[in-house]
Amino acid sequence: MTQPVANCPNCGAKIVFRWSSSVQTVCEFCKSILVRIDLDLKKVGQVADLPPDSSPIQINSEGRYGNKAFVVVGRILYEYDQGGWNEWHVMMNDGTSAWLSDAQGEYALSLSSKTQNLPAVAQVHIGQQFTWSNQRYTVSVITPAHYRGLEGELPFQYWDKTDVTFVDLRTESAKFATLDYSDPEPALYLGEFVEFDDLKLKNLRGFEGW
Amino acid sequence: MSAGAPPLSGPPKPQAKALNCPKCGAAIVLRSFGQAETVVCGSCHSILDAKDPSLAILQQFEIKTSDIRPLIPLGTRGKLRGTDYEVIGFQRRSTKVDGITYCWHEYVLFNPYKGVRYLSEYNGHWNDISICKTLPSVDSAFLNSPGASADYLGESYKHFQTSDANTDFVLGEFPWQVRVGEHAAVTDFVHPPRVLSSEKLDKEVTWSIGEYMYGQEIWDAFKLPGTPPEPMGVYENQPSPVTTSVTRIWVAFAAFAVFLLGLMAGFNMRAKKEPVFHETYHYNRAESKGEASFVTDVFELTGHPSTVEVKTHAPVDNHWIYVNYALINQDTEQAWDFGREVSYYHGYDSDGSWSEGQQNDAVVIASVPPGHYYLRIEPEADASLPGIPYTVDVTHDVPVFGIYGIAFLALLMPVVIISFRAYTFERSRWSESDHPPMQLSSMSGGSEDDE
Repeated sequence: MTQPVANCPNCGAKIVFRWSSSVQTVCEFCKSILVRIDLDLKKVGQVADLPPDSSPIQINSEGRYGNKAFVVVGRILYEYDQGGWNEWHVMMNDGTSAWLSDAQGEYALSLSSKTQNLPAVAQVHIGQQFTWSNQRYTVSVITPAHYRGLEGELPFQYWDKTDVTFVDLRTESAKFATLDYSDPEPALYLGEFVEFDDLKLKNLRGFEGW
Repeated sequence: MSAGAPPLSGPPKPQAKALNCPKCGAAIVLRSFGQAETVVCGSCHSILDAKDPSLAILQQFEIKTSDIRPLIPLGTRGKLRGTDYEVIGFQRRSTKVDGITYCWHEYVLFNPYKGVRYLSEYNGHWNDISICKTLPSVDSAFLNSPGASADYLGESYKHFQTSDANTDFVLGEFPWQVRVGEHAAVTDFVHPPRVLSSEKLDKEVTWSIGEYMYGQEIWDAFKLPGTPPEPMGVYENQPSPVTTSVTRIWVAFAAFAVFLLGLMAGFNMRAKKEPVFHETYHYNRAESKGEASFVTDVFELTGHPSTVEVKTHAPVDNHWIYVNYALINQDTEQAWDFGREVSYYHGYDSDGSWSEGQQNDAVVIASVPPGHYYLRIEPEADASLPGIPYTVDVTHDVPVFGIYGIAFLALLMPVVIISFRAYTFERSRWSESDHPPMQLSSMSGGSEDDE
């Protein structure tokens, strides 16, 4: 695997991309948000200090999903009125990227969907049903969330967000969907809930006394 | 992974946070590494914002009594389904049904890797509860009707109760914004030993799945001193003491009954039913002075030891005769003594015609070995009978049906007892629900007419 190396345009520290398709990363030293434009890195923002972590997952945690191994390369942290959650950007060993979300001990793995004609946020209400990829999804929660910060590599440009609406959709199986209204064009993620033990996670954060 | 994570060089491990209550200064420990939204001071019962470094006061509540105490103290760790959990929060909730307040307790359990799950306790009945990840399907149009049900992971859950749950008392940490006095509509569907609950607060519905646990299991898991409180009554999702399905028991019973019938038919077909003796005698009172006994001709019983049936027929009509028999083996002198009465009475009274007894009698003697036999017969009769003919028939190897009846009853009895136990248990369970069994609902049903 190619691991492009560059230097932080802000502090000069070495920047290593673990995932060749990463579009954006955060300098580990000066916390500058860097966007890759061709072969150059451009500073587009700065990450404020993140709140103390309650998640056992961290950058470089490794795990398995089905028969694929993955490594955590980045994350977006959100907060809402009942707590916070992480969307961990994971790189699969087949080169694809996925998202491992971790909301207070509830783990789910999802992939970006190319589905078009997604509903506008104002048109969505709880109980509404959608069918994507032959699966029926029911809107269970509409969460007004707040972007809190970033870490590591992301597959798209994402910074300086404020309020972001998420729509969670559930099914009668472990499958779920999320509509992300971060950008003017909604994004759809399809995935499923996973058991912590099934992820066989390694390189986790330790907790004092546990 | 429950044992913890490999050692890491890097940022220090998160630690349980020790803080002080901004209201009364008492020590407060945050055990959930930042996952709690609210924390309640154990001394002054201020509900504090756990996300705020200075623990802003969100609500204060008065408690009328100080003896609301968690049975599992906060901070206690135990192993539940293979994972270590620490008790971080406790709340008492209540609901009012027909003017009676019912209280239950909920415990928040935390593991930094697995997140939270809950324990509930009501009158000594416990449930291990977690939030549903998959969506149950429920036909809300029929909610509250007796047949309402919800499907979850391929199983059907019956609607049990919908009630309004009030939060009365809180202690410790909660992963949500907890407030005393908050009301939620709670709907329970049961499939013992599991209970599927929906909790509706404002617009948001949360589904959870609980599994019944016995107090002793909780005591063992958390290594608590003493003994758990004795459970009272039958709880909504308590597993029935009748562990096998009653239907299955009846199916097994029916199969056995068919087997018995088959056995009966088989033995009936195999039985020789061989007539070995037939004779008609005449009883004459005048002749039978003192000893009136006589012996019959010898007849032979062949084959294996088997049954012998002795039939007595007499055309009695409002009389009786009584015959003392002895079946005697000529070779061994082994004897079977038995007396048989033949009596038949009939007539009319104010209730119409009646009758009692009949003109035939039969008796079966079991396990008579083969050999040469004769009968010794000694008849007696009603004093009003001057004389009467009577016929004696002996049949060798007749089928016996009595033992099948006994086997049938012996098996029927436990089946009936088990069914009755299952029935009374389910009756007690459902009498506490929104759909009480027939008699109880017809009692309360009377009030519907008044509306």
